[in-house]
Formats: sequence, C-alpha cells, structure tokens
Amino acid sequence: MSETRNATISEPAPVPAGPLIKIENLDFHYGERKALEDVSLDIGANRVTAFIGPSGCGKSTLLRCLNRMNDLIPGACIRRGSIRIGDLNINEGTVDPVELRKRVGMVFQKSNPFPKSIYENIAYGLRIQGLHDRHVLNWRVEESLRAAALWDEVKDRLESSAFDLSGGQQQRLCIARALAVQPAILLMDEPCSALDPVATAKIEELVHELKHSYTIVIVTHSMQQASRVSDQTAFFYLGRLIEHGDTRQIFTQPANKRTEDYVNGRFG
Amino acid sequence: MQTNVPGKNSGVQPAAAALGRDAGNGGCETLLPAAPRVTPTSFATPAFTFPQRGRWVKIREKIATVALCCATWAVLLCGFAILGTIAVKGAGTLFKTTPPFINMDFLTRAPETLHVFEDGGRTLEFGDQAFREFSASKRVEDPTWAPKNERSFVYSAGGIFPNIVGTLLLAAGSMAVALALGVSTAVYLNEYARQGRLVEIVRLAILNLAGVPSIVFGLFGYGMFVVFFGWNTSLMAGWFTLAFMVLPVVATAAEEALKAVPAGFREASFALGATRWQTLCKTVLPCAMPGILTSSILGVARVAGETAPIMFTAAYVLRDKLPWEVSRVADFFFQGVMALPYHIYVVSSKIPQNEYTERTQYGATLVFLLLVAAIAAASVILRGRLRRRRRW
Ligand SMILES: Nc1ncnc2c1ncn2[C@@H]1O[C@H](COP(=O)(O)OP(=O)(O)OP(=O)(O)O)[C@@H](O)[C@H]1O
Ligand SMILES: [Mg+2]
Repeated sequence: MSETRNATISEPAPVPAGPLIKIENLDFHYGERKALEDVSLDIGANRVTAFIGPSGCGKSTLLRCLNRMNDLIPGACIRRGSIRIGDLNINEGTVDPVELRKRVGMVFQKSNPFPKSIYENIAYGLRIQGLHDRHVLNWRVEESLRAAALWDEVKDRLESSAFDLSGGQQQRLCIARALAVQPAILLMDEPCSALDPVATAKIEELVHELKHSYTIVIVTHSMQQASRVSDQTAFFYLGRLIEHGDTRQIFTQPANKRTEDYVNGRFG
Repeated sequence: MQTNVPGKNSGVQPAAAALGRDAGNGGCETLLPAAPRVTPTSFATPAFTFPQRGRWVKIREKIATVALCCATWAVLLCGFAILGTIAVKGAGTLFKTTPPFINMDFLTRAPETLHVFEDGGRTLEFGDQAFREFSASKRVEDPTWAPKNERSFVYSAGGIFPNIVGTLLLAAGSMAVALALGVSTAVYLNEYARQGRLVEIVRLAILNLAGVPSIVFGLFGYGMFVVFFGWNTSLMAGWFTLAFMVLPVVATAAEEALKAVPAGFREASFALGATRWQTLCKTVLPCAMPGILTSSILGVARVAGETAPIMFTAAYVLRDKLPWEVSRVADFFFQGVMALPYHIYVVSSKIPQNEYTERTQYGATLVFLLLVAAIAAASVILRGRLRRRRRW
C-alpha cells in the first residue's frame, strides 16, 4: 500500500505538469439519490480552490469524495467517472482509503477535537502511524501548532483539555491536527462557519500561509471569504459544476448567469 | 364553506356567556364540550368569567387524590414493615453493644451448627467447635456426661464470611464476563454490522433476554455449563449463567453509550488515517467507557442479588474450604462457592424458625441488603462522578 502511495501522491513540492487533482465526469449517489452529476474539475497544486454554491448543492459531498470519507456512508457510491490525484485513481481497488486519508487531510465544519489534551490531539495522527518516540512527537506537535498559528497561545498548557480552548482556537487545533500527519492536500469544509470575524480572519491568514506547502480545497458560504482566500473558485448548483475558473474572473465577470446571480447574492 | 366559518365563530359567543352564567349552579358539565370552541374573541369580552368546576367533578377529584395517596402510603408502609423487621431483628445479630459495636464473628466466620442444651440448670448455646471443647472438658470429669435436652440447628452459629466472599466473587466475575460479551456485541452491532433487518432482529433478541425469568437462566446454565460442558457446580458456570442474565442490560447500555459518542470524533479519527480498529480503541471506546460502566453497574446489584441462576450452577449449601484454598490455579475457577442469597434461601426454607435460628436468618438478610445497597450506592456515586467528567 505504502509503495503505491510513495510512488504517486506524495512529494507535493515538484509539481507535475498539469493539475494535482483531476475529477472527470463524476456521478455520485447516496443510495438512489443523485448528489453529483457529471462533475469535471481540475485542482492545481499549491493553490487554494474554493467550492461555493447554495446549500445542498453537493460541495461537501465532492470534498468528501477526495479523501473517500463517503466510503463510511452506507449506500453512497460513485456511479461514473474518476478522481485522480497525481496519476493515481483513488477509487481503484489497490488504493487503501486509510493511506489515502493520511495524505489528504480534512478539517470539518464543526470543530471536533478529541476529548483529550491539546498535545494528545495533535499526536493522535502520529501515534496511529506507529510514531512513539517522545522527542519526535514533541517536535512534530510543536511544528504543527506553529504551522496552525496556535503555538504561542497554547505552549504553556499543552496538557490541558482541548475543550478549554475557544471555538476559534479549537478550529485551529483541528487544522494543526490535520497538518501533523503531513498531508499533501488539505480539505476544509466551511472551517469558519461557527467562528467570529476575528477568529475567521486568523484562519484565513493561516490558509494564505499554508498554501505554500499544501494544496487546499475550501468550502465556504461566504463570498467575501472565497474572494479573499482562494485562487480558483468552483460554483456548484444542484449537484452540477456550473462554472469554475480564477477567483477574480468568477467574481467580476462570470460567464454564467446563475454564477453571477449567486456571487452577487441574488439567490442561495 | 367560507361563509360558514364566521357564523360558527359567532355562535360560540352566547355559549361562552352561558357557561359563565350557569357555572354557579353546577350545570356546567353539560356545556363542557363547548369549552374548546371558545375563540380568542370571547376572552376579549369583559363579561367573561371562568366556569367553576361542578360538585361531582370536585368530589371525583377528591376521591382520586385520596385513593392515590393511600396507595402510596400502603406501599411505603409495606416497605418499612419489611425493611424494619429485617433491620430490627437482624441488628441484634450484626451489631452489639460493646466496641467495636459490629459483631465481627458474624462477618468473619463460617456457618456452624448451633447446639442448645441444658447443663447445671442453665441453658447453654454453643457453636460446633465450642460445643466439642465443652463436652470434652466435661467428659474428663465425668466420662458418661451427655448434653441434656440437646437440640441442634444447622447454620445457626458462626458467621457468613464464605457466603459474602462467594457473592462478591460471583458478582465480580459475572460482570467481567458480561462486560466482555456485552461490549463486544454492542461494538459489532453499532460499529461494524451493516444496519438492517438482521441487526434489528438481533437487537430485539437481546432485549427479549431481559424478560426471561431468572430461574430459566439457572436451568439453562445447569444444562449448558454444568452438564454439557462438564464444569460441574462451579464459579465458571455461575459467572456465565449470571452474565447471560445481565447481558441485555450491559449490551443495551453499551450500545446507548456508543451511540452517544459524537460522530465528529469518529470522522476526525478516520480523516487522520485511522483504521476502524484504531478509531474504536483510541477514540470510541474511551469515550463510551464511562457511559457503559455507569449504566451496566446497576447490573452488579442484580447479579449479586439473584438466587435462581446460581442455585444449580454455582452455589453450595455448605463448603468448608474458602475459595482461595485451592491447590492449583485452575481449580479456583471450577469450584463451587457459598453465596449469600442462596444461603438465605437455605436457612429460611430448610430449617425451622425459632428464636435460635432467627438470628442467622435475619442477620444474613440484613447483611445481604446492606451489601446490595452499598453496591447500588457506590454505582450511583460513580455514575455521577463519571457523568461530571464527560464534557462534550
Ligand atoms: N449522508 C447522506 N445521506 C443521504 N443524502 C445525503 C447525505 N449527505 C448529503 N446528502 C444529500 O446530498 C446532497 C448534497 O449534500 P452536501 O452535504 O454535499 O451539500 P452541501 O453543498 O455541502 O450543502 P451545505 O452548504 O448545506 O453544507 C443534499 O441533497 C443532501 O441532502
Ligand atoms: Mg456542506
């Protein structure tokens, strides 16, 4: 398993020519319900791609396809099309979703730290990979917390419960936790929806920083956020990808009427 | 259709007014059906008064209140009568008036036969050993000495130490077995199995186990473990029989606790590249454990208290050796024990009741009640502690 992984989707630095993630003609069903239809989308490496669209249009569904979290939902399946990361089809039988998820991290809408200490939250992903050396763990925990701009706020209380943190800090803790396993891609599903403007600004700043080393896909309901943080934007509507392109272009001169209506707040 | 509605509404007005007027002479009952139709507009009329309840309604209410109150008192009275008798009669055995105020002999010695006889115009009461020593010393003086009017009552002297030990052993072991089986079942049903008809049937079957009378478990345990597995009357057989009896409690509690673990924890764990097993061991079970323990701990009182399941499977009427007096470790698991509930059954049904036997009968019962109450209280306290620690 790890051979396939090493050979293909790791090493984010030397970007291969062309996109990192290539979604082709994807049809996705929850049981008999169609959630995505004929979605084709390329996502570039070391860029921030925003998914926007009205509620229920399938943004989260597509995001969860990228790390195969949908495997856990009974009845959910891809009916047609493929998703390639690097040049590996992630839905092939030889791909272990567990290994895939180590390379494709995820941050959820509702911050969900484990009921453990701050330190243990970060170390969780490392421990399950069999890393137990205390020094390495300490170092990786610090590195991840620094990367998530949380280190200075928590360095004196690593052993206290993660629930003692504020909502914004908890969300950054979740980001740090995802970063600790050194993914190549970071998926964020409305990471700021439960946060106040100050905490949101911090996370957006963080996304800016992180894009130098990670490929980020972010789902958001805030047009301002999409325009602030993303390089590329994809607009979804009723399970279809309506339009995608440079964020500036999507927000200033969208090609599609519905995109224009949506980004200008006329529906959704 | 539409024209009807306002007509209906306005028709209520006089009815409501009538309600107010007639209320005084108890005739309101016939008008009561009209009450729900009172529209908000009738509240606005200043003449509106709330109707009095009729006399019969009041009397009926009074009778119901008194009857319910009496029933409650009757239950309370029964409870006090039972517990009071046991406490008063048992206290004489369990406590004493000199320090340390607790009759340690009763708690630390094995049951013996009580010998009552007359000697030198006095009535003497001795346990087995004391009786033997006494008669030996008597025979030194007079070889033909024999106790006069001797009566003996089995189990009525000594204490109930082996019984307490046996009950604790049975409760601890069966809870361990029940937790292992119940938690595994719940984990499989909740985390691994595909939810569907089959899983529902299994759940229903487990719940149905809860309705099976305990004597049936006893017979099952006898047939299965004692005879078929050849474990004889043993701790093992008792553990499994009792475990099956509380399995529904434990499995249901475990499933509830697993369901209460937020889905977000599982998702977060999977998203970090954890396998199902790792997620289970590192996140789900640690989060669910307090809930599982607190709910299933109530089962401890149940297994400690049941007589029927151990009657054929684990309990001895009398056993001289204590459970740890075994030559090989394996023997420990395949020995029968004396147990408190079974001992109570034996002393209350197999020997006559009189002033001499009463002491053990009530003493053992009191100790048993206190023991079960202590276990229940401890579980409630522990449950509160663990609940307070939970924070999501
Ligand atoms: N577990 C599920 N089982 C069945 N249907 C689902 C499930 N999750 C989502 N759906 C359906 O799939 C469609 C897309 O859902 P999805 O969560 O991807 O929307 P979304 O764009 O993320 O919406 P929001 O912005 O509200 O989060 C919706 O119609 C939803 O009802
Ligand atoms: Mg969503």
